[in-house]
Amino acid sequence: MPGPFEDAVRTHGATVLRVCRAVVGPHDAQDAWAETFLAAMRAWPRLEPGTNVEAWLVTIARRKAVDAWRAARRRAVPVGDLPDAPAADARRDLDLWAALGTLPERQRHAVTLHHLGGVPYAEVAAELGGTPEAARRAAADGIARLRRTAPLWWADEDGDGRSDAPRGDGRATTRGGGGPR
Amino acid sequence: MTTDRTHEVRTGPPGPHDEAARLLAAAGTPPAAELDRLHALLAARAEAEGLLDVAYRTLDGPVGPLLLAATPVGLVRVAFAVQDHEAVLADLAARVSPRVLAAPRRLDPVARQLDEYFAGERRTFDVPVDLRLATGFRRTVVEHLREIGYGRTASYAQVAAAAGSPRAVRAVGTACARNPVPLVVPCHRVVRSDGSPGQYAGGPAAKAALLALEGAAPDGVGGAA
Repeated sequence: MPGPFEDAVRTHGATVLRVCRAVVGPHDAQDAWAETFLAAMRAWPRLEPGTNVEAWLVTIARRKAVDAWRAARRRAVPVGDLPDAPAADARRDLDLWAALGTLPERQRHAVTLHHLGGVPYAEVAAELGGTPEAARRAAADGIARLRRTAPLWWADEDGDGRSDAPRGDGRATTRGGGGPR
Repeated sequence: MTTDRTHEVRTGPPGPHDEAARLLAAAGTPPAAELDRLHALLAARAEAEGLLDVAYRTLDGPVGPLLLAATPVGLVRVAFAVQDHEAVLADLAARVSPRVLAAPRRLDPVARQLDEYFAGERRTFDVPVDLRLATGFRRTVVEHLREIGYGRTASYAQVAAAAGSPRAVRAVGTACARNPVPLVVPCHRVVRSDGSPGQYAGGPAAKAALLALEGAAPDGVGGAA
């Protein structure tokens, strides 16, 4: 029997919000976050012992966020536009959204769905039109463009207040020179 | 760089691709206030959808921080700091349901009444109680504890007699010590036959403080179960 669900919310709430924001942006992220934890809470008593809770939650969050992404895309006119990225907000978690917003639409959607949403290229292609190979290329081009256009963001390393998301600390070596940001 | 990346993927948010971990790693930690707001939204929606099996909050008072927990039936647990709130929540997860969430709203009435009690403005509690954690003889004892009025005390022997097992004095002591809802079910009003306060889940000092608050004579047995 798993422990109190509250522990999962406290420990992984920030990570789940990062996933949701990265996929659907700050506006729709809150609903995706709540949907993620409601679905998780429903299934929580039956969670298999030894489950990696963070991985499990991230999987649910991606699915909920991609659902929200699809709903936003259906709502959007013209076809395929995500809500506008807020330009003036300095919070770093919004920087990711802003950086993605600099990509051409197909690249942005491909990176969002595949790299952040975990959607296979075949399904990305079904969403965006074209072949899976074209979707893969769009995602690769998007990542390459992010590396070029946002090197500071890409290589950023501040190390504070992120104890909830353990990760390697070697990224300081990738800190780039100038850049638009 | 490649080794860094590999390390990240292994320890960071899992994903099938390096770039996913990288993109998420680059997103900063959201402000605590926003997570608190989302948590409140989750609690409200979980309650509305019938998922909130155990709601809890803490309440500061003269006997230290209290953990208050309720099922949809009623108040299921009151615990003192010395009982280790984390351990109590783990116990609730195991014995009631792991769908445990910090959700103060369900506890608002009992929290307000406890505040009034500590301020000397309340003598009885009027909240639904869920006694599922007290079974068998312990349940019988707990039911009888509710009959000991404010400002009065009863001896363990008297409670044993009232519960129909006059020789089960020691078992009454155990039942009081393991009362799942102290304060609201007043096990602090059960004292030794010689009038000394005896043991208490919240510690002897808390028991003495509660008896003093109620004006119960700390060194004499008054009233009856």
